[in-house]
Amino acid sequence: MKAVWKMNKFIKHTLQIVNYAIFMALVWYFSAAPAYRYLEPNQAVVVISVSHSGELLKPCRKVSAEDLAKLAPNMRKPMDCPRERSPIKIEVSMDGEELFNITAQPPGLFADGSVNVYRSVKVTAGQHHFEVKMNDSVHLQGSRFVASQNIKLEPAQQLLIDFNSEDGFVFK
Amino acid sequence: MLNPVKRLYLLLEAWLNISFKEWNPLYHLGTLTFFFFWIALVSGVYLFLFFHGSLDGAYASVERITNEQWYAGGVMRSLHRYSSDAAVATIILHIFREFALGRYRGIRWYSWVTGIPALWMVVLLGITGYWLVWDQLAQYLAIGSALLMDELPIFFGSMSSNFVDGRLNDRFFILIEFLHLLGQPIMLIFVLWFHVRRLSNVNIMPPKGLAIGSLLAMLVLSLIKPATSHPPADLTTLPAVLNLDWFYLNIYPLLDYWTPGQVWALVMGVTVLLMLMPWLPAKKKAPAAVVDLNNCNGCTQCFEDCPYDAISVRARTDGARHEYEVVVDPDLCAACGICVGACISSNPFRKAEPDLHTGIDMPQFPINEVRNLTDTALVALRGDTKIIMFGCQHGVDVDGLEAQDIQGIKLICSGMLPPALVEYALSNGADGVMIAGCRHTDCYCRFGNRWMEQRMASSRHPVLRARAEAERIHIHGGAITDSRAVAKALDEFRQKLSILEKPGPRLDESCVEDE
Repeated sequence: MKAVWKMNKFIKHTLQIVNYAIFMALVWYFSAAPAYRYLEPNQAVVVISVSHSGELLKPCRKVSAEDLAKLAPNMRKPMDCPRERSPIKIEVSMDGEELFNITAQPPGLFADGSVNVYRSVKVTAGQHHFEVKMNDSVHLQGSRFVASQNIKLEPAQQLLIDFNSEDGFVFK
Repeated sequence: MLNPVKRLYLLLEAWLNISFKEWNPLYHLGTLTFFFFWIALVSGVYLFLFFHGSLDGAYASVERITNEQWYAGGVMRSLHRYSSDAAVATIILHIFREFALGRYRGIRWYSWVTGIPALWMVVLLGITGYWLVWDQLAQYLAIGSALLMDELPIFFGSMSSNFVDGRLNDRFFILIEFLHLLGQPIMLIFVLWFHVRRLSNVNIMPPKGLAIGSLLAMLVLSLIKPATSHPPADLTTLPAVLNLDWFYLNIYPLLDYWTPGQVWALVMGVTVLLMLMPWLPAKKKAPAAVVDLNNCNGCTQCFEDCPYDAISVRARTDGARHEYEVVVDPDLCAACGICVGACISSNPFRKAEPDLHTGIDMPQFPINEVRNLTDTALVALRGDTKIIMFGCQHGVDVDGLEAQDIQGIKLICSGMLPPALVEYALSNGADGVMIAGCRHTDCYCRFGNRWMEQRMASSRHPVLRARAEAERIHIHGGAITDSRAVAKALDEFRQKLSILEKPGPRLDESCVEDE
């Protein structure tokens, strides 16, 4: 009887170890596997990052004395400056083919905020010609900011097309 | 026809019951999750002592912790990783279990619904943890998370542009450190407090043996397969292959195929669906327990035994000499009937009035009806070994086990069974009483079979009186799929009864509980 009891205890503990091992194996495996291939061996990534305020949609106008008189004394500002800004249009092409064509509306209740754009796309590594254009005013035909460059992309490289209002577009 | 999900779960539970018995991890998934969280907390505090929270120092400090003191810091890091993963695994099993057993509808909607934000809090805690390593995986997650945040109307696309080479600074690390080390754990504990708010007798530690086994398992795994990092983050290049932690980071690959808005739609859709599940369809609410002050002596045992904190105690209002009375909150009452089994007045020997009234009763199945059914069953019994079998609505089907010498009575929960009713059956013609609630340690109503077993063992009030012969009572719980095992136990009990002497003369009908 004692031997049977001991045997049962042995089997019970062995099964417990098996169950713990199964749990450990599952935890270990899914903690780092299956591996996820984010980029193919010959792929690189192009990122466009822009933080910029579009031009004011309407210019400031002088308020007439008649209109000012209709306002409360504390609201009588001589100039009326609408805050709404132009949407920003960005076009990026690689070897003449379009990578991005973005029209970003200014955020905020009065559509007066700065536009932030961050987009990425996977491309084939190698030598490419990049061209980027941006228009930040509805009053302007064509593009205010234009840049182009020939770049050789290494596999897994991230090409950043960055923008700042002083230097315009910069390829990094 | 048994739901296949429930059948699958019960099979898994039965397999683990072979080796773990009352330590079956499936019965302790909530406490195991807490336990893994404690391991992560302790190991995290150790890691924090050596971690350098800066853009340039984070990766190097994690590498030093991992490699230069592999026997301490390395093990702690691996414990931190694996215990966090194990916590998600136990949460997933916890959700699966409650779903499979239908323990998420009706009164349980509250625990189910508050569990969903708790799950997301755990996932967010894990994500910020991976950011702190600042390796290529962290870089991938940071950009993916920023894209998701940019989709929210409060960020207006400003988050992702932080992850451009040259713009990132140490303030980012201070924010993430604050979130991971303080903000998120506090929020998580707060949400978990809500999660268990409507339960009584809440445990946050698993049985000691299971806790030791789980800790050892995590320790062995940490030694065999230490957690490692990807190469350091570099915002000019991108990782080609990532070893994602699928417990925490499973939504990120979707960003390569869907827009952030679509990913949000999926996440929110799943969240809303999970939250609505208790009402798809809504469970018909059974009437709540009703207190009868004429039969209540204010002993408060029902208050002690209620698994859902639905009973409260207050000073007596009816002028009776007793100090307390109990009040049932119908919104919290699960209508399990455990309070009826706890009431000292649920004594079938009381025959001063034709009908049996007790201090707290279930309108849909009053104790008087239970006694009447017992009387009918006693009359119907034939054969040499007459057995009354008390079952419950969620365990093995006692009606299916009936025979000429076995009569089954299905209670709402085995915890509804007053010990005096067992004695009553034995003294009125039954040779034995078998009680078949849910599986041992498990109970659809949380504590029904546990309280019942303790009452029968005279370790919980109301106790089974000594004059009821213990060898004539057999407890063998079982799930709805365990009919064969329970039938076998019943057969063995029948054989055992056949060699016992017949019970003594009928007990005095006027006798009542000694207490």
